[in-house]
Amino acid sequence: MQYLVSVIDDTARLATPDEMAAIDAFNDRLQAEGHWVFAGGLASPSSATVIDNRGGRAVFTDGPFLESKEYLIGFWVIEAPDLDVALKLAADGSMHCNRKVEVRPFR
Amino acid sequence: MSVLNVHEAITRAHREQWGRVVAALTRRFGDLDIAEEAAAEAFATAVDRWPGDGVPPNLGAWLTTTATRKAIDRIRRENKRDDKQKEARMLYEDVPEPPGAIDDERLRLIFICCHPALAMETRVALTLRMVGGLTVPEIARAFLVQETAMGQRITRAKAKIKAARIPYRVPSAADLPARVSSVLAVLFLVFNEGYLATGPDTDPVRHDLTAEAIRLTRLVRALMPDDGEAAGLLALMLLIEARRTARVSASGELVTLGEQDRGAWDAALIAEGHRLVRERLAAGVAPGRYQILAAINAVHTSAHDVRDTDWSQVVALYDQLVRIDPSPIVALNRAVAVAELDGPEVALAAVNRLDSALAGYHAYHATLADLLRRLGRSQKSRAAYDKAIELAGNTAEAAYLIRRRDQLR
Repeated sequence: MQYLVSVIDDTARLATPDEMAAIDAFNDRLQAEGHWVFAGGLASPSSATVIDNRGGRAVFTDGPFLESKEYLIGFWVIEAPDLDVALKLAADGSMHCNRKVEVRPFR
Repeated sequence: MSVLNVHEAITRAHREQWGRVVAALTRRFGDLDIAEEAAAEAFATAVDRWPGDGVPPNLGAWLTTTATRKAIDRIRRENKRDDKQKEARMLYEDVPEPPGAIDDERLRLIFICCHPALAMETRVALTLRMVGGLTVPEIARAFLVQETAMGQRITRAKAKIKAARIPYRVPSAADLPARVSSVLAVLFLVFNEGYLATGPDTDPVRHDLTAEAIRLTRLVRALMPDDGEAAGLLALMLLIEARRTARVSASGELVTLGEQDRGAWDAALIAEGHRLVRERLAAGVAPGRYQILAAINAVHTSAHDVRDTDWSQVVALYDQLVRIDPSPIVALNRAVAVAELDGPEVALAAVNRLDSALAGYHAYHATLADLLRRLGRSQKSRAAYDKAIELAGNTAEAAYLIRRRDQLR
């Protein structure tokens, strides 16, 4: 079963070198223990472009989809047998990247 | 067997067997929704059949078998292609349960209902429905929520358990203390809502809720006999429940501990509570929060007259509690005992320090009012009573506070 672990940020600052080192160590562990699927860090929301092509004519809008105080700054996709294992990994992930995370199962 | 006796048998079976049936079916089909619906159908079948056919000798087995058939019928009816796993489970339909496995199943059921990934109010509702067998309207009434809203809350919880794959198992030893404490917190919340019911049109004590909380805590205690806090919580509930009838006067007013008719206390419940407290003391393990609270209540219920209360022992126990739970509410309760040991002046100084933390809590203002009254500061006391009355959610408590305020000179 796969879970998306979204990293939520409420500051504008990027990860510090210490945080980056901790994230790398955590990623190594995910790979070693077979939980790793994919992970990535994102650039700031101000670099986002919103596209709406539902009508067949793509409309591009500058900036994030939602103006919010909290936004997605990165994510992991992990493999875990159940939510208890996923929550434990996410708790460790939150500590390592020093941010709140949200766990959501894939359908 | 008369119709009345059959009706009683069904009521008793529901109380004793509901959780077992739901637990057994949840394990077999891996789905709380199917288990709940099939259990309800099995009991409905019992209501239809038992008056004519008679009550089956092994009614637990009858109910589980009937519910299992109902579940299989439902799965076949739905006939989903992706139900291979459930089909596979149906194959070993008649495998007998190993002895003791059922109790284990109920424990799993309790743990899944009290999972920390669910909101507290959801845990309470799910536990009462799945383990306790209360109906959705009953739970909705107990927590003053619309039936549809309560139904949705339970439905959403079941969907989350399934979609996020919350596991159906007893937690590992490393996780057990935290998970047990989540279970006990749910049960204590149910008990407290019964014991100090809120709402203007609610009975001041909801015996159905306190009784259900005690029943479920007895179950947890029986399933985990080595857990000190489970024993402590059961003892605490029993020692509070023992004073239930003495706690509200005929006119619906709260009667404080000091003014209660101690002859009206339930001696059997007190004896059982004291036995549990002694058992925990003999265990020689550092007690947790519920065990200390139980010990405090054991001191109170040991005194045949309020003047015989060993207040130094009560304060010592609160000191112990403060060390593991330094919350302002514990500090407030400690101050109440300090007032008896060292006088209201000393207690008032301690209570005043809690002002900013507890300004919205009725018991803070009620305690303050009482101390000021005893110190003869009527005007300040009246203002504190006013505030306490405004914040009190329990009708009996409000009635008591109003009388006390109106007695001020």
